[in-house]
Amino acid sequence: MLTVLGAYSWINIRFLLEGAWVTILVSVLSIILSYIFGLILGVIRYVEIKYVSAIVGFVIDIIRNLPLILIIFFTYFGLPNIGFKPDPIWASIIAMAIFESAMVAEIVRAGINSIPVGQMEGARANGLSYWQSLRYIILPQAVKNMIPAIVSQFISLVKDTSLATIIVLPDLMNHAQIIYGQNTNYTIPMFLALAVMYFIVCYSLSLLSRYLEHRIGSSKKGADEAEIVAQEAQR
Amino acid sequence: MISIFQNYGGALLYGLGQTLLCSIIALIFALIIGSGFAILEVVPNKFLRIIARIYIEVFRNIPLLVITMFFYVVIPMYIVEISGFVSGTVGLILYSSAFIAETVRSGIQSVDPGQMEGSRANGLTFWQSMRYIVLPQAFRYVIPPLGNQFINLVKNSSVLAFVAGFDLMYQGNVIASDSLQSMSTYLCVGVLYLILTLPLSYYMRHLEKKLA
Repeated sequence: MLTVLGAYSWINIRFLLEGAWVTILVSVLSIILSYIFGLILGVIRYVEIKYVSAIVGFVIDIIRNLPLILIIFFTYFGLPNIGFKPDPIWASIIAMAIFESAMVAEIVRAGINSIPVGQMEGARANGLSYWQSLRYIILPQAVKNMIPAIVSQFISLVKDTSLATIIVLPDLMNHAQIIYGQNTNYTIPMFLALAVMYFIVCYSLSLLSRYLEHRIGSSKKGADEAEIVAQEAQR
Repeated sequence: MISIFQNYGGALLYGLGQTLLCSIIALIFALIIGSGFAILEVVPNKFLRIIARIYIEVFRNIPLLVITMFFYVVIPMYIVEISGFVSGTVGLILYSSAFIAETVRSGIQSVDPGQMEGSRANGLTFWQSMRYIVLPQAFRYVIPPLGNQFINLVKNSSVLAFVAGFDLMYQGNVIASDSLQSMSTYLCVGVLYLILTLPLSYYMRHLEKKLA
């Protein structure tokens, strides 16, 4: 009982919360970056620019099929070769952003594909240019369908930041390891704390995703479309 | 890059084998456990449904690394000595089974409820209708998503590198620090991972188009 109380002393809890803050910071920054890049890449993949789209598609496939740990290593050990030495926080943000951009690009492509062709035809018939129709007609509807899939992607991103402890990112996992490294009696309490903290963050996000899915699909059609996007993006 | 393959080819291939072995073992067990919990999620008994729901939500929302490290650090400390490979594989099984359960459940639910009602009306018990009517149809739907889960599993097996599981990623780290050529080593490792995952991913896409 004493060890449990000792494990959850205020100093340890504060140390864990500092780690949780880094976890959240890295996740939020990388989801923002990957949303921007993913949107661009997804649109490029959709509009079928000769050669460019095919190459982008292939690169996305390659990144999606590599383990994230490998990409983290690439950025941490590879970027110094081209003269930029990131600290662990930036290295993990860059690695996550690269990996998640590819994931988000697939979600975007699936989102755009979920919009019926008639929308584009209608917009073109009303005198909008191709890019205008994409910008004002297709994308706003597609983004709406994409939201639940993006939130679930964000959940796996939060979980995946724990992998960056391998390059000593001072995140939740790393701080917990430091604490139980000092006193082995704290091991079980620390794992419990880890599980609870990750669970709270991820589960509330998944509730949010479910809620958004309901709101979007106040019509059944919307919910179905969002579901299809989420499934297609897994391919 | 070629020199890495020449000098450390054996170690890399051994790692590839371990990665594949771990993924296949994990796939088999995760499929069994995952399908089990998926069925528990649709049985009439509310208590069983809640248990399945809790299992799935817990393992879906905790990082794989935390689960794996738990088996690597805590279990040997208090219960039984297990190797890194075993703890990594067990962690992978628990984590993936939650995702597979979700996939299989959505497959079961995509089967028209009339199928279940019809077979019950024809005198089959709940388990018989599940076994002979619903599951065979459900599995046809879920083969492509299950393939994607397997790709994820292969990628996630790189978590064995944290627990000295001697998988591809672990060998890559060892070789990188031994040869001092981290970039080309990780490139080799990447190529080997792609050999496992990329063909599978294209095949699943093809299969999905065919089934749709």
